Parts: sequence; structure tokens; C-alpha cells
Amino acid sequence: MNQADILTVRDLKKHFVIGHKDVLRREPITVKAVDGISFTVKEGETFGLVGESGSGKSTTAYTVVAMYRPTAGSISFRGENLFEGKNERTRALKKEIQIVFQDPGSSLNPRRNVKQILELPLRIHRREENRTEQIARLMDMVELPLEHMHKYPQALGGGEKQAVAIARALATDPSFIILDEPTSALDVSVQAKIINILIGLQDEFNLSYLFITHDLSLMRNVASRVAIMYLGKICEVAETAEFFRNPYHPYTEMLLSSIPVVSEEEEQVKPKRIRSTGEIPSPVNVPPGCSFHLRCPVRQPGCAEEDPVMTEIEEGHWVRCHLQC
Amino acid sequence: MSSPPSRQDSGHLSRPPQNGALLKIRDLHVHFKVYGGRLRVLDGVHFTMHPGEKVGLVGETGCGKTTTMKSILRILPEPPARIAGGEIYFKGRDVLKMKQKELRKVRSEGISMIFQDPTAALNPVFTVGQQLEAVVKYSIEGKNLSRKEIRERTLQPLREVALPDPERMLDTYPLQLSGGMRQRVCIAMALAASRELLIADEPGTSLDVTIQDQILRLLHRLVEETDVSVLLITHTLGVVREMTDRVYVMYAGRMVEVADTQELFDNPLHPYTHGLMEAVPRLTGGGVADGIAGRIPDYMHPPQGCRFQPRCPRAMEVCHQEKPTFYRIDDNHQVACFLYRDSET
Repeated sequence: MNQADILTVRDLKKHFVIGHKDVLRREPITVKAVDGISFTVKEGETFGLVGESGSGKSTTAYTVVAMYRPTAGSISFRGENLFEGKNERTRALKKEIQIVFQDPGSSLNPRRNVKQILELPLRIHRREENRTEQIARLMDMVELPLEHMHKYPQALGGGEKQAVAIARALATDPSFIILDEPTSALDVSVQAKIINILIGLQDEFNLSYLFITHDLSLMRNVASRVAIMYLGKICEVAETAEFFRNPYHPYTEMLLSSIPVVSEEEEQVKPKRIRSTGEIPSPVNVPPGCSFHLRCPVRQPGCAEEDPVMTEIEEGHWVRCHLQC
Repeated sequence: MSSPPSRQDSGHLSRPPQNGALLKIRDLHVHFKVYGGRLRVLDGVHFTMHPGEKVGLVGETGCGKTTTMKSILRILPEPPARIAGGEIYFKGRDVLKMKQKELRKVRSEGISMIFQDPTAALNPVFTVGQQLEAVVKYSIEGKNLSRKEIRERTLQPLREVALPDPERMLDTYPLQLSGGMRQRVCIAMALAASRELLIADEPGTSLDVTIQDQILRLLHRLVEETDVSVLLITHTLGVVREMTDRVYVMYAGRMVEVADTQELFDNPLHPYTHGLMEAVPRLTGGGVADGIAGRIPDYMHPPQGCRFQPRCPRAMEVCHQEKPTFYRIDDNHQVACFLYRDSET
């Protein structure tokens, strides 16, 4: 792995104030949606971010595209800090970082047809020469038949809608795309097609992906590196093959052992040691110490008091757990 | 409408004698009236399950799984839905011919349901205790119970589903609970009275994997303990593999394949089942297969012949004209596809 880093996230925090404990508004109630995470995405790779609902995956994504401003920490893209000084991102930067949302049913404007949807980013980014040809090319890239050009989203199937959303993200010719659960609203038979289109595009244009999902089986097949998030923190990062061969964190094992699989070979890959118990606590009341200790089957007395730090246990394999230190 | 028994029917997997079926659906047709026409959603569904069996029903969004399930309990909104033909026998009696009073008896004593979305399944203005009590009161055993006994019987299922502090749970409103806890309450409600058939419609789909795993394990354990028959409806193949003995695969309003679970996963025959299996990403890696081209047909103008034919990589001439019937491959495997016309035993 000698590729250059394209996106570097350092100690990123995003807290939301959701109310106050007292009428005088002296004590705010905050949700620590993202609470100090660091990772890098390399040029041309797919970095997978996995977690349950409420773990802060989407908040991370939205912060990277500047829908939110971080509470603390930095995000830099090709060495340039995204949140330094000026509030507005330059158009050139916006062009480079694009996002595909989970539900194409609500991320596409129902009153615009495919052509209009794909035209908008071209107009905003002033790439208006041969607009129709460009749109045709975009549709071709995501394997959408050209006859869909004048159709409205509701006339398209789920997979086709998501293909339009991907084409829209590609319109500005980005180098980095955030895929926020791009297939979880789709059926498996359709998911496969979308995934293969994404992989094809990555090979062709050397795109980097930040791939967010809760589906570890999918991650196994698309990501080059995987990070697991739990309650706003990353608890394990490793290269995909290593990650599945050698999961360290008890939460990772719990996730892996929870996956319903379709074959005996996969059954062998699943860790047997750990069964899932408990539920993800509310991010308003994060437990003290290691945030996972309440559900952890192998917790030690110290886990409730001290928050573990990220430790590199093997090259490129980082774990945040007292047991591994 | 009583159609003559078709061939598709005759070939049904029949472990114990036919008349011993707990639930038997024959040639069920359900249409929905919508603006501009009629959606022919169920197009001749055949289905049989026997007492004590755990049967899975797999299919993708919009294939008619939930419509089938709702027809069994007669909770389809009619209109717009209309049961245009067929029979649904529960313990030998046709649900479609029952009067309201008998139906109520089936729902309160015969079949219980776990819905996909526990938030929508629970009434937000009643406490968990009130809703559970209603279930107990209207069950067979609940007729002559004292208040104290009813209370005890509402607490018992809450303990079984491993909810913390069941006593306090009785006075909480669904809104105060998390998704996983709400689904546990729904399971408790389904278990509060003894039933013969439990229908679970995507019981873990709206939950996180770790919670889904807990819910499924719980369901599995309770089913083993109580010996109730289960119809598990889902679109996740992995769930079916872990939970059921026998599986029906549904596509666009028809059953396309039925086999013992192990057999189906080892040897999927229908091109649709095949495509579906291939499309599932594996934990062992190896990339993702290309899935199935196209999408589920428009129910207003369904394709002629086999409904899968427009997407089928192996479609033949005959597939465009005729609807395939079930071909029996062996005692525990049948497939509705013309490719296997000649391999019938």
C-alpha cells in the first residue's frame, strides 16, 4: 500500500446540542454523535465504515461533505484542511467530493426527470458544453438505458433510481465519493448490479470511496480496509482480509457472529466465541470508560473506568480495547 | 370460485397425509384495484404446511409475501384488495368462507402474527400491559381467569422474551422502548396465548444485526420449547437457512420453488433462486455476482407465460406462452420451471 492519502480525518468530533437540563440553559444536553475518530482514505481504495444505527457513520459522512461543521478535529483532502478559515468551500473542492445517499426515493427530486436531475450539477459546475452528450455518457457509465432520460424517478425501479443518484455524483467528475449505505434500500439481486457498477467505475477512473454500511458480508467483498464504529468511536481498523481472518475487538466478533449466512464455509469464518447481548446505548448517555463495556462478554474490572486507546497490534491493524494492550 | 385441482397442486410436498395439513393455500389470486386498472398481484399461490413445521417464505420486495400472509388472516384491506379466487384452509376450514365471528376466533386462538415494524404494530396510547392483557383475555384459556391470574399470564411471556424488569414493563408505553425491546414485546404478545401457527413477517428486518440475531435466537428457542408451527416470511436467505426446515421461494405472485432448506441451499434449481443465491455477498469474499437483470414486472400488465421469463437468462419459447406448473424433482424438492419438465420423477 503505497498510494497517497486522499482524505485524512484527525480526531473528528461532532456533538449536537439537543436540549438543556435546566431552564436557564446553563447545562446543555449533547449527543456525541462522532467523538474523536481518525482515519485515512488512500487514493483509489474503498474504505469501509461499518456500524449499527446510531454509531455515527452517517454523521461522519455528512461532515466530510460539509453538511455539518465539525465540533473539533480536522478533515483534510489532499493535504488541504477543509474547515480552515472560510466558511464556504470552494467550488473546485465541492466538485471533487460527492455523496450518494441511502434512499434514492428521497434523494431524487420527484418533479424532475432524469435529464434534469443530471443537468443540475453540470450547470452549477459550469460544464455546459454538449450537455445532452454528457448526460448520455453519464447514463452509459451507470448502465442506464438512454430511453430513461425523460422519465421521472417514480417510473424507475429502486436500482435504477440509485444508478441515477450515482450518475449525478459522477457528473462533476469527482475523485472521492462517499457512499452512504448505497444498497441497503435495495433487494440483493439489484444490489449486486449496483455494486459491480461501482467497482467498475472505481477501476476506470481511480475513484476513492468511503463506503458506509451495516452489512459486513458486503464489506468483505468491496472494501480494501474496514473500520468498525461504535457509539461515535472507531474500535477496530484493519485491511479487509486481515480483519476477517483475525478480528480482535469483542464488538467486531459480536457483529461477525450475528450475520446470517448462506453457506457452511461462511459458518466457519464466523467467530463462535461471542453471542450478541444487550443493545447499543443511547448516545446521549454514553457509558463511562470503554463505551462497549456494558455489552462486552470479556470485560475486565478496569473497562468501566478507563477508555482504551487505539493501539496498533499488527501492521495496519488497530484496536481500541484494554485486552489487546 | 373453486377451480378444479390443478397439476401444480397435486405435486405438493406432502410429508404426513394431505388432510393433516395445518395450513393449505390453493390457487390463491389477489387483485388490487388502483387508479387506471387492476394489479394482479397473487397469481395462483399454492402452499402447504403441516403441524410442527417451520417453513420459510422468501422473496424480494413486492413479490407478494405480505399479501399472502395478510390473506391468511383476512386482514387485507378489501377494497382495494380483492381475493379473486382460491382457497385458504386453516385446519381444514376455508378462511375465505368464514363469518366474522369465526375469523375472530382464528385470530385470537389459532394464528398469531409478528409484524415487521414493531412500532406500527403496537398501539401508542395503551401501555404494554394493557395490550398484553387484551391478548390473554380473548384467548381460549383467558375466558374465566381472575385479574390476578391474567396479570400473571401477562408477566410470564415478558419474562420469556428476556425483557428486563417485566413488572415495570407492564406500565410503559411502546414509545419508551427501543426497537429491539418493542419487537420483544410483540413476540411476547404472540406467545401470550397458546397458538397453533405463528406467522413472523420479517421479524428482524427493521433492527440492527446484533439485535436481529438476538430476536431470531429468542424466536428459535421459544419455537423449540412450545412446539408451535412457524411461517417465517423474509427476504434474507441467511435467516431462512438458520431458522427453517423447508422453504418456499416466491417471485411476482407465484411460488417458484419449494424444497427442504438444506436441499435448496445445496441445489437451487429455479433460475430465479439461483440468481438470488449468487447475488448474496459472502463472508468468505470472492466478489459479488452480477445479480438478476431487470426488475419485478408491472402487476398491471404482467408478462405472458412465466412471470420470470423477461429476466430469465435461460428462457425458452414455451416460457413466453405457458405458465409453468410445479415439477417434482424428488420427494422434497419441486420447482415451477419448464427447464425441469423432463427431469420429473
